[in-house]
Amino acid sequence: MTYEPYDKQLVSDIVASFDARPEMLIQILRGLLERFGWISEDAIRQLAAELNLSRAEVHGVVSYYHDFRTEPPGEHIIKVCAAEACQAMGSRELSAHATDKLEGSNVTLEPVYCLGNCACSPAIMVDGKTYGRVSKRRFDEILAALGNSG
Amino acid sequence: MARVKVYVPRETAAVSVGAHDVAIEIARQAKERGDHIELVRNGSWGATWLEPLVEVVVDDKRIAYGNIEPGDVASLFDSGFLAGGAHDRRLGPTSEIPYLIDQDRWTFWRCGLVEPLSLDDFLAHQGFKAFEKAVEIGPQAVIDAVKASGLRGRGGAGFPTGIKWQTVADTDADQKYIACNADEGDSGTFSDRMLMEGDPLGLIESLMIAGFAVGASRGYIYLRSEYPLTHRILTKAIALARGSGWLGENINGSGFDFDIELHLGAGSYVCGEETAMLESLEGKQGLVRYKPPLPAIEGLFGMPTAVNNVVTLGSVPNIVNLGGDKYASFGVNRSTGTLAFQLAGNIRRGGLVEKGFGLTLRELIEDWGGGTASGRPVRAVQVGGPLGAYIPADQLDTPLDYEAFIDIGAMIGHGGIVVFDDTANMAQQARFAMEFCAIESCGKCTPCRIGSTRGVEVIDRMVAGVDREDNYDLLVELCDTMEDASLCAMGGMTPLPVRSVLRYFAEDFAAGTDG
Repeated sequence: MTYEPYDKQLVSDIVASFDARPEMLIQILRGLLERFGWISEDAIRQLAAELNLSRAEVHGVVSYYHDFRTEPPGEHIIKVCAAEACQAMGSRELSAHATDKLEGSNVTLEPVYCLGNCACSPAIMVDGKTYGRVSKRRFDEILAALGNSG
Repeated sequence: MARVKVYVPRETAAVSVGAHDVAIEIARQAKERGDHIELVRNGSWGATWLEPLVEVVVDDKRIAYGNIEPGDVASLFDSGFLAGGAHDRRLGPTSEIPYLIDQDRWTFWRCGLVEPLSLDDFLAHQGFKAFEKAVEIGPQAVIDAVKASGLRGRGGAGFPTGIKWQTVADTDADQKYIACNADEGDSGTFSDRMLMEGDPLGLIESLMIAGFAVGASRGYIYLRSEYPLTHRILTKAIALARGSGWLGENINGSGFDFDIELHLGAGSYVCGEETAMLESLEGKQGLVRYKPPLPAIEGLFGMPTAVNNVVTLGSVPNIVNLGGDKYASFGVNRSTGTLAFQLAGNIRRGGLVEKGFGLTLRELIEDWGGGTASGRPVRAVQVGGPLGAYIPADQLDTPLDYEAFIDIGAMIGHGGIVVFDDTANMAQQARFAMEFCAIESCGKCTPCRIGSTRGVEVIDRMVAGVDREDNYDLLVELCDTMEDASLCAMGGMTPLPVRSVLRYFAEDFAAGTDG
C-alpha cells in the first residue's frame, strides 16, 4: 500500500468534497486515512480550522475510533480477527504465530473485532482484503505473496 | 451459440476463500477454450461452507459445484461443467441442496438468486413492487401491516418495529429520518452483510418503504468499516437507484421524495448501539445518549428517527407484498416470523439459515451445521454476540424464541450462533467478555468503563487461585452493578456471558492451579 505524504491542498480538497459539513468529520477523516494512512497533528489542526470545530473536538473523534491511526503504518497492514467465532477456531494461536512471523518486519499487525466472516474462521484482513479459513500455513502463503515473508 | 451463464459469488465470505480468483480463472479458461460464457457475480446463497460455489445454468436449471479452488477450474471444463457434466465437486441443482431448501426464505429470498447490481434482474424479481404497493395503500396501512406481522428489531433488542414506526409517524416535525443500522459488530453475525451484498437494491427499497411509512425524506445507512466490499456494492447500488429515478424527487410519479446517504463507521463496536450510532452519524464520538428521549421522537440532529437494523428493514417488502399475517404465520409465541440464523465458529457447515422461530439450537447445530468442524463434542454455544450467554451442551434443546432465551439467562440478539468444542477454555472466554467491554466501552458511564477493567483483574486473580471464593463474590457483585447501573447494553449485558461461565463452566476457573 502506498500512501502520500501530508498535503495541505489535498486535505482541503477532501473537506470540500464533503461541502465542509462538520457532521461529515468521520467521513472526511476516512478520506484522509485512505490517502495518507494515518491522521497527523497537522491534519487535525487543519480540519479544525476548515470545519470550524475546536481542535479538542477533532482530536476527540480521532482518538475515539480505532481506525484513526495517529502513527504512520507499515508497508502493509494485517488485522487478525480476535473475536469469539475466530477464537473458537484458533485465532489466539494464529495471532501468536503472526506476531512471531512479523517481528522486525515493516508490517503493522492489529487485532480486529469481527470481520463478519465468521463461517470461515479464522479470518484476517490484509491491506483491506478479507481472507477466510486462515491456517498458519495459509497465513505464511499470504505473507509470502506480499513479499514480506522475511 | 448462446452464451452459458456461470455464477460465481462476489460476496465477502466467498471472496475470502478465493471466489475472485476462481472467476478470473473461469473467464480465462473459457476464452482459451473458445467457450462462450456469461459470468455473473451473484450474492451468496448462504451455504458458506460450500464457498466458492460455482453455478452453471443448464436447461434453465442452476447446477452447483461446491468448494471450487482456482486449481479445480481446468478439471471443471474438462468434465464438461458448462453442460452440467459430472465432477466430484458437483452438487446437483442448487434448488435441491438440502441446506438451502429446508429454509423459510422470506427476507433473503433474492440472495444468491439475482445479480445484485443489475436493475433489470431486480425488476424481474419483484423489485420495487412492494414500494409501489405501499404508495397505493398509503403510509398507515403499511405501518398496520408491519404491526400485524409482529416484526421485532432484528438488531438484537427485539423492539416491535410497527410501534416504533407509528411513534415516528405520529411525531410532528419538519424533517424525519430513517437510520439503517448496518454496524453489524457482533462476532458470529454476518446476515446484514450478506443481505447488503446479495440484495442491495432490496435494502434500498426497504428504506424507501420505511421512509414513506413514517414520513421521512432522508435515509442514512451506517455501515461498519470492516466491510469494504459491502461498501463498494452499496455505493454502486445507491448510484444505480438514483440514476434510474428510484431515489430522488417524486419517485416513480408517487410524489414521494427520498434519498439515501451512506456513512462508514471507523471501528467502534458501541456505535452499533442506536444512540451511539446517531452521534457517529453526526460526526461525533460514539458516546451513548441518555434515553429518553427516544430516537423515534428526538433522534438524528434532534429529529424523529426510525432506527432499524438491516434485516428488520429487509423483512418489510414481503410483509407489504404478502401481508403481515402471512409473516406472523411463521414462528412461535411472541417471536413471530423468521430470523436469519448464522452458524459460525467451530462448525462443520457454517452459513446462513433463515427459519421461522421455534426450532431448537440442536436442530440448527446438528441438522444444518453437522456438528463441530473439529469433530469434537460441542461444549458451549454463544448466541447473540459478545454480550450473549455461553449455553452449555445440555441446553441445546432450548427453542429459538426471544422469551425462551431470556428464561435461561440468554438472548437471541442478532441470531449469531458461535460453536465451541470441548477444548475451549471458558474462563478465558469470560475474561475476554470483560476485556472486550474494556476495549470497546464508550466511556460515558462508570460501571462499564471501570467495571470491565476491574472484571478482567478479578477473573485473572480467580484463575491464578488468589482468594478464589472472595473474588467469586466480588465478580458477582461487579456483574450486578454493571447490569443495574450501565447506560446501555454494552456494560449492561457484558455480565451475561460472564455469569453463564460462572454458572455452567465454573471448573475452568480452577484449571491449572488446583489438584
